[in-house]
Amino acid sequence: MERHFEQELKELKENLLRMGGRAEGIVRKSIESLRRRDPNLARQVFEDDRVIDRLEIDIEESCLRLLALQQPLAGDLRFITAALKISNDLERVGDHAVNIAGGTTRLGGQPLLKPLVDIPRMADLAVGMLNEALDAFVRRDAESARRVVRRDDEVDDLNHQVFRELLSYMIEDPSTITRAMELILVARNLERIADLATNVAEEVVFIAEARIIKHHADENAAGEDFGRG
Amino acid sequence: MGAKRALGASAGGGPAEVAPRIALPTPALPLGEAPAHPAAEARAATPSGARLSVRDFSLYYGRHQALKAVTLEVEDRSVTAIIGPSGCGKSTLLRSFNRMNDLIPGVRTEGTLQVSGADVLSPATDVVDLRRRVGMVFQRPNPFPKSIFDNVAFGLRLLGVRGRTELETRVEASLRSAALWDEVKDRLERSALQLSGGQQQRLCIARCLAVEPEVILMDEPASALDPTATARVEELILKLKTSYTIVIVTHNMQQAARISDRTAFMMMGELVEMDTTRRLFTSPAKKITEDYITGRFG
Repeated sequence: MERHFEQELKELKENLLRMGGRAEGIVRKSIESLRRRDPNLARQVFEDDRVIDRLEIDIEESCLRLLALQQPLAGDLRFITAALKISNDLERVGDHAVNIAGGTTRLGGQPLLKPLVDIPRMADLAVGMLNEALDAFVRRDAESARRVVRRDDEVDDLNHQVFRELLSYMIEDPSTITRAMELILVARNLERIADLATNVAEEVVFIAEARIIKHHADENAAGEDFGRG
Repeated sequence: MGAKRALGASAGGGPAEVAPRIALPTPALPLGEAPAHPAAEARAATPSGARLSVRDFSLYYGRHQALKAVTLEVEDRSVTAIIGPSGCGKSTLLRSFNRMNDLIPGVRTEGTLQVSGADVLSPATDVVDLRRRVGMVFQRPNPFPKSIFDNVAFGLRLLGVRGRTELETRVEASLRSAALWDEVKDRLERSALQLSGGQQQRLCIARCLAVEPEVILMDEPASALDPTATARVEELILKLKTSYTIVIVTHNMQQAARISDRTAFMMMGELVEMDTTRRLFTSPAKKITEDYITGRFG
């Protein structure tokens, strides 16, 4: 018979995964709303975000309760503290999706400046990273998580590319500035989403190996090491 | 003398038979802070910094082997916690450090055990002095049915301290070191049994400190105390570790985590794992350690 505590840990994990699924979904929806310039879809994004916010609060309350009442140690402790941070990261993913959808609303029915190529590519990458980070979380797979971290550079590069391209548009024709700026912000939000996926992956490494790798900690001697070797 | 066995008491008799055993280091203990130990300094710790060490140490109660080739070191002036399920041998190991197990018939040991670099298992060891140097505090506070003053002075008198002034000085210093002085200074002549549980325990610690130990062994010192008293004992332990080496056996994982520098996990007579407290409680090396500290068994 499973201990009550184990049951609660399982529920916590399921809630996190549920929240992760919604985070992936909301990002996809926000890009779709942009692609189709669909204000209804944008409105749905705003509502979906409220669900994500509530999930974060629930998860935070669960974690605090578990910490206070069960005084978890070792693997349980790492899991619960990581869960707090992951839920925070996922909530911010939702916020960035809301920002993207806000751009859709502001652009209204205006024709897109140019066919969207890099931005959907960035979105695929970012959502893919999030998906793999959450997958690694389920399997406690640190290797997989580290791969996610390494892919962040690709997203950063695309972000710069988008910026340079749109900059040249704006210089050439100042009347495009408003629309170009909106797209630049969309790219920026996607870049931040990829960063948050990286954060989730770093938390997974912490859970699995008791090693803090954020801010390139494991590359410096000063890196924190609670773990083995 | 009653059945209570004091630190420094001879095996059979009462105070009248005991000649002064060792001169306490002079000058007199400074009042207030936990004293530094000239004697302890003189008896240098082993090169590795270990105040206590056991190597391949086994102990048998008759045919039953309670400790199985345990090897570990206790660092000087630190707090080391020993945790493990009931019957794992942690109290047996603790009692070995001052040979209290000798008092149990049929006990036999193998291997080596060193205190401050010197073997203490040899027959030539002055066991009484060992028990002064390696003091012990028990789970249930056991003050003598005497006054507060006499409790603390008891060991000192056995050691030959007679002068009233010197006794008073040392008693005060010990009670201050045990964080009890302010509460009892106006009633030193009253019976120790009137003190609360937490106060009695701190009195037992003061009694221990009076004879200037190097090591203080504590067998679940707070498990009979309420949370406030427990917190005070823990604070005291943190204060004392700057001058004494402390080994504490505890069932309370959080307590071990709060106050110890290193923790040893034992099971069925064996040392399973020992590490810094931080590492042991955040990511133990062995699964069985993890299972125990997360409460999945034991």
